[in-house]
Amino acid sequence: MLIFERGEKGRGLSLLPECDVPEVLPDDDHLRQKPLHLPEVSENDICRHYTKLDKKSYGVNDGFYPLGSCTMKYNPKVNEDMAALPGFREIHPLAPLSSIQGCMEILNTAENYLCEITGMDRMTFQPAAGAHGEFTGLLMIKAYHESRGDTERKKIIVPDSAHGTNPASVSMVGYTMVSVKSREDGGVDLDELRKAVGEDTAGLMLTNPNTLGLFDRHILEITQIIHDAGGLTYYDGANLNAIMGMIRPGDMGFDIVHLNLHKTFSTPHGGGGPGSGPVGCRKFMAEFLPVNLVKKEDGNYTFARPEHSIGRVRSFYGNFLVVVRALTYLFTLGREGVPSVAKHAVLNANYMMEQLRDVYDIPYQAPCMHEFVMSLENLKKETKVSATDIAKALLDYGIHPPTMYFPLIVKEALMAEPVETESLATIDEAVQAFRELYEKAHTDPESLHQAPIHTPAGRMDELRAARHLILRYDFDEQQKGDTNDKNH
Amino acid sequence: MGSYIPATDYDTRKMLDAIGIENIDELYRELPDRVRLRGNLNLPKGMSELEVSRKIKEISEKNVVYPIVFRGAGAYRHYIPSVVNSVISKESLSTAYTPYQPEISQGVLQSIFEFQTMICELTGMDVANASVYDGAAAAAEAIVMCQKRKRDKAFISETMHPQVLETMKTYCFGNEIELVTIPEKDGVTDLEFLDDHLDEETACVCIQHPNYYGNLEPAEEIRKMVKKRKARFIMSVNPISLGVLKTPAEYGADIAVGEGQPMGLPLSFGGPYLGFMACTKDLTRKLPGRIAGETVDSNGETGYVLTLQAREQHIRREKASSNVCSNQALCALAISVYLSAMGPEGLKQAAVQCMSKAHYMAQQLEGIGYKLVNYHEFFHEFVTESKAPVDQVMRKLEKSRILGGYPLQGDRKGQILWCCTEMNTKEEIDTVIRILKEV
Repeated sequence: MLIFERGEKGRGLSLLPECDVPEVLPDDDHLRQKPLHLPEVSENDICRHYTKLDKKSYGVNDGFYPLGSCTMKYNPKVNEDMAALPGFREIHPLAPLSSIQGCMEILNTAENYLCEITGMDRMTFQPAAGAHGEFTGLLMIKAYHESRGDTERKKIIVPDSAHGTNPASVSMVGYTMVSVKSREDGGVDLDELRKAVGEDTAGLMLTNPNTLGLFDRHILEITQIIHDAGGLTYYDGANLNAIMGMIRPGDMGFDIVHLNLHKTFSTPHGGGGPGSGPVGCRKFMAEFLPVNLVKKEDGNYTFARPEHSIGRVRSFYGNFLVVVRALTYLFTLGREGVPSVAKHAVLNANYMMEQLRDVYDIPYQAPCMHEFVMSLENLKKETKVSATDIAKALLDYGIHPPTMYFPLIVKEALMAEPVETESLATIDEAVQAFRELYEKAHTDPESLHQAPIHTPAGRMDELRAARHLILRYDFDEQQKGDTNDKNH
Repeated sequence: MGSYIPATDYDTRKMLDAIGIENIDELYRELPDRVRLRGNLNLPKGMSELEVSRKIKEISEKNVVYPIVFRGAGAYRHYIPSVVNSVISKESLSTAYTPYQPEISQGVLQSIFEFQTMICELTGMDVANASVYDGAAAAAEAIVMCQKRKRDKAFISETMHPQVLETMKTYCFGNEIELVTIPEKDGVTDLEFLDDHLDEETACVCIQHPNYYGNLEPAEEIRKMVKKRKARFIMSVNPISLGVLKTPAEYGADIAVGEGQPMGLPLSFGGPYLGFMACTKDLTRKLPGRIAGETVDSNGETGYVLTLQAREQHIRREKASSNVCSNQALCALAISVYLSAMGPEGLKQAAVQCMSKAHYMAQQLEGIGYKLVNYHEFFHEFVTESKAPVDQVMRKLEKSRILGGYPLQGDRKGQILWCCTEMNTKEEIDTVIRILKEV
């Protein structure tokens, strides 16, 4: 039932006092004519409604969530308490500097922590998500080349295993993408890369560990090849959880980095945002960062505009309360906690991979990092059971399925990321489920095509949704329906 | 040190044995030795929860929370019903990922569908998306929606919020769209300039209504000029104002965008906020970001999915119209709850109170010599001259724990942009007037 179908005309909450000044309305020219349809409900109606929706959702506390490349780790509660402090929540972004020193200290401290972790020199918190960070970083690359009069560099090299946002971001800055094939072992093919670079190379975007969950051991050669060609190197930080505290993107030869605070740094995903995608860079790129950076001067914080800033990618200073949560987490972890998170994430993934290797095909042999990819191509050939079927059947076990059909270079892929906040027992249960499903694929494949059966809803007809677009509730239809009812 | 890692030494040993290695470091053997971190990161030691919360609280107390606020300029303090925070704290909704598995994500998907419906109702437009990062990003994405091969010029009014304008410039630089700013004339968009300069290469015209200075724009006239050139008309609107003001659809806009923050999101030093985007039916496939649609499941029950994904980055990769991936789902949820709690009458009340109080305050300020700079119809913001140096005025108000209007810069230095919402009482307004008399 939709919220619009609850309640009754005339029902509502008592929220505002009477107006204590004479009422003023717009002139007729500007007065709203269209009646406003919004729910007319009681507070109880609202609570029941959203409690129901909550029960039809699956969060990190509902069970195992090994969604590859998404780093669905536990979201600590103290982070939420800190983000709810009135000293942050109720601060106007344009309040005088003297009254926002605390907010600026948060930004400055988070910048220092994250620069140390990534090996960068400066960082902006403006970007609201990873893709927004990619856009920001690429604009900086564009601004850098243009500032040198190097206007022919318009190509960005992206390996074929990259996240879909990478190529889309490339287009958004008017660049074109050059896709470089991966080698048999999952790494970037250096010969291909050497062939791809040239005087038109603006830069490279790379995730390391890559989306196969593998650390590219030629990383220093890769960044060197790009630099030798006059390009810049961009690190997509989606997979930082595997390596933080072990090795730094800056030391691997990257010039620009984006992070996903909602992945690596434990802030909740919110059903798809708000996230935070800070962008860090080395000193020589700092003049292109978005406005504004925080600067400490004589013990006080002020804002400074980078000299050749690309401008803004949104208003104000980014998703500030997300930064508060991430900094709370960083304070908690400290210098020992950061590498410990990475190590246990990697240990969990290797353990789980090892427990499944004899039944599911693992196309790459090196130790994985924080995630691993299985190919169900052979299983599908043998049993007609697809990656989707296995994923949907996992739902009946109360497990969120791994990422499906990604990366694109692995057929029938399932990509699992058992983060460090998952216990051995949870992983063992999931392994058990995966193994049972493998058995079932051979003994009773039909039941897997029907899965899931114990979830709040069945498999959705996505084709119908795309063909017969219904993108909103139609009040007029409903009212017509009501009148028809009355006529009967 | 806390790290939320449940593994005991025993568990770790067990896992290492199963893999057949001695220690975790062996798993990192592919890392180039030369650049691996040797010692510790140069960071402080980890802390207990009590220490962390003490420390963060201490930092938060270095900020000043003003109990009385007359400042808007893009971020507005409104009443947030208690039920909003209660709902967005629900853990399954707040900690879920983007709803890729619809069977276990109907709650999130339905809430997006309801949000889209409410945004359509507010703006009068046909279709809305699941939101983008903020109002500035929404305005910038709207321009990109209008870009065509032979139409790559965008006219943006200088009466828009300067930070929104700056964001649009950035997006235009990226997408290689020529941005032309339409000058301001007496507090609104210069119609003459616009009529003279619009041409067949114009993709769109974008205005803010009410504009940055609070004034209502001559939106009807602008629409006529834009349509004559067969370009698109984008309006960035304040959602609370739509409780009383004409909808963008009634003004004839093709795309309506805006900052959703006034609808139940706290000031939060600028974020997280939310950008809403709605458009006419013919532009549906140009809309960026997530869109939820209705369908049926295998049992024939009504359900919701992310639809029109063929537009999106994970399918179209470099041919996608936008790279938006995350939206601001939890903020969208907060807004849906806010609008449900307010209802049609409540939202209208809030809008009327904003407008009435701003007019009362403007009148009182005029009475003590803080003259209005322009005389246009306005909603809940307006600009006055200042009788005393602006810093002095602000400092005096701050001493009484009042955050005064926003001191404008540039050509408008010396002027103050005031804002009233339903949060401001008559008594507060009278207090400001009393204090200003003494400056």
